[in-house]
Amino acid sequence: MEAFIVSMIVAATPLLLAATGELVAERSGVLNLGVEGMMLLGAVAAFAVTLSTGSSALGFVAGAGAGVGAAALFALVALGFTANQAATGLALAIFGTGVSGLIGQSYVGNAIDPLAPVLAAGKLPDNPALRVILGQDAMVYFALLLAFGVWFYLSRTRSGLKLRAIGDDAVSAHAVGLKVLGSRTAAVLFGGACAGLAGAYLSLVYTPLWGENMTAGRGWIALALVVFAGWGPVRVIFGAYLFAAASLSQFYGGVLGLSIPSQFLAMTPYLATILALVVISAAGARRNAPAMLGLPFRPDR
Amino acid sequence: MLERRVAPSPVLAILSPIIAVVLTILAGFALFAALGKDPVKAMEIYFLSPFADAYNRSELLVKAIPLALIGSGLAICFRAGVFNIGAPGQYTLGAIFAGGVALHAPENAAMIWLLPLCLAAGFVGGMLWGWIPAILRNLAGANVILVSLMLTYVAALLLDWLVRGPWADPLGRGFPKTATFPDGALMPNLLAGTRLHWGLVLAVIAALALAWMLFRTRRGFGIRAMGLAPKAAAFGGFSEAKTVTYVLLVSGGLAGLAGAVEATATIQQLQPDIAAGYGFAAIIVAFLGRLNPIGALIAALALAVTYIGGENAQILLKLPKNAAFVFQGMLLFFLLACDTLIHYRIRLYRRAGIA
Repeated sequence: MEAFIVSMIVAATPLLLAATGELVAERSGVLNLGVEGMMLLGAVAAFAVTLSTGSSALGFVAGAGAGVGAAALFALVALGFTANQAATGLALAIFGTGVSGLIGQSYVGNAIDPLAPVLAAGKLPDNPALRVILGQDAMVYFALLLAFGVWFYLSRTRSGLKLRAIGDDAVSAHAVGLKVLGSRTAAVLFGGACAGLAGAYLSLVYTPLWGENMTAGRGWIALALVVFAGWGPVRVIFGAYLFAAASLSQFYGGVLGLSIPSQFLAMTPYLATILALVVISAAGARRNAPAMLGLPFRPDR
Repeated sequence: MLERRVAPSPVLAILSPIIAVVLTILAGFALFAALGKDPVKAMEIYFLSPFADAYNRSELLVKAIPLALIGSGLAICFRAGVFNIGAPGQYTLGAIFAGGVALHAPENAAMIWLLPLCLAAGFVGGMLWGWIPAILRNLAGANVILVSLMLTYVAALLLDWLVRGPWADPLGRGFPKTATFPDGALMPNLLAGTRLHWGLVLAVIAALALAWMLFRTRRGFGIRAMGLAPKAAAFGGFSEAKTVTYVLLVSGGLAGLAGAVEATATIQQLQPDIAAGYGFAAIIVAFLGRLNPIGALIAALALAVTYIGGENAQILLKLPKNAAFVFQGMLLFFLLACDTLIHYRIRLYRRAGIA
């Protein structure tokens, strides 16, 4: 049980990081489907830097930087050139997969030391629950704090209110003098940094190795997670842990004696997301869903 | 600064894909140089080797067939403003349905009907998978992009389960694949000595039929109207819900047909990695082909170049398989940016008096 919870926490952290970043971008009205590409670029940049410097901290910085760079490319085309956001995001996902494979080719087969837990094993209390709670690495706690921080920002600050207004009605927001493109660009870059960190977590902690396509669809799951959580940052935390548990059930299903084929267990997060999407849309409970999600905006007037 | 043109530029509308291809090659050159690989050699292998000999040229057409089938369907879908990105899933369902028919045909069945039945089943499979996002959108308002994307993963897992479980080849020694399809279910070759098959004819017919539908029928007019001005289309009596359903059924069906064609022609069995990224590449095909079914035929050839070039680079330059995606991604980026210039012009300074 303890092993299951620990592996769930480690699996949930990259999902939580990437989804939190995407949530901020989507609340500003921008749908960036390129999370998978940004994560892969973050993963390869982080791995390369950590391998050459030996510092995980620098690796995470590089991962976030690569994510920001990739997101800037998206922002240039989707916001600057007002291109179709879904198509631009897809271009980023495809491009990131290719470039990361090309850069990472020489790093395949190298190994690094994974990020150590904040508290060394000897300093942990004997209570198993406390051991799990206190025994994780820094990024686990950072991801949780980030999600709470985003919740506070969106719901309790003036700047967060403006960002939501831009996501719901960019034309009106522009008319009252808000900087629509500036805010959206900032939100997209924040999303890129988070996706880069998520990728870095995969290559520096989760595996810790570099392999082509190592995100294995987690970027797309993060997108699903934002919808599943109804665009709420705190619900993203629950969603990420739930999705992680569901994806691990593939491996633990046999142990628990379940006779359901693992593929059907692996389907549950996607089916649950579709269900959540239908329920959220049908109930009209779109209170958090940005009204202008995916619609381009150009200040013509 | 971008400034809206008084009217869209017809010259750029045609030139934009060509500019995008040229920029992609230039950027690829710069990228390979920056990564310390020989850029001249790399570009030669990626863009010239696919045309080098008769075999490569025939393989180019083989790869273009599924891309054209999916891409021309997506072209009308995007025309209507319906962003179906679940084509990979619809393709997979088509392959599953075709495979299901091929593998379960009675031994003594009239063989001549088996292949058409497989292809029809594939079309139906893709249609069903495309229908789901249409139903959920029309009934509940669920986002088509996200639902169709989620269904892609469900389809891939379904195929994985089938080829490892109930449909696994009893003589497959544990490899995840089905038995080879019976002869009657196999697509005949078009040209001896190559892998070129009759799917090419299907792709051309499909593109011509779609172009006729889009530009010569009332329904096609409704599709174009809905993409350009949804409110005007609704006032004109075109049902938005029906149009969404129609374009998703057609594009899903064609993606399914592509899956069935690939399964019966080039792979001849089912295996987990049947999709080969055609579904996403076909989205680029649709845009590069100017959201025109005939244009998609030509664009499919351009995208096929990246596939064959990528395979050759994998063998000759030991580059990773995914490196071909670099060109596909860049091409779409450049194309989308260039397309903006059809409607906008770049102005380096603000004109006085206009805020």
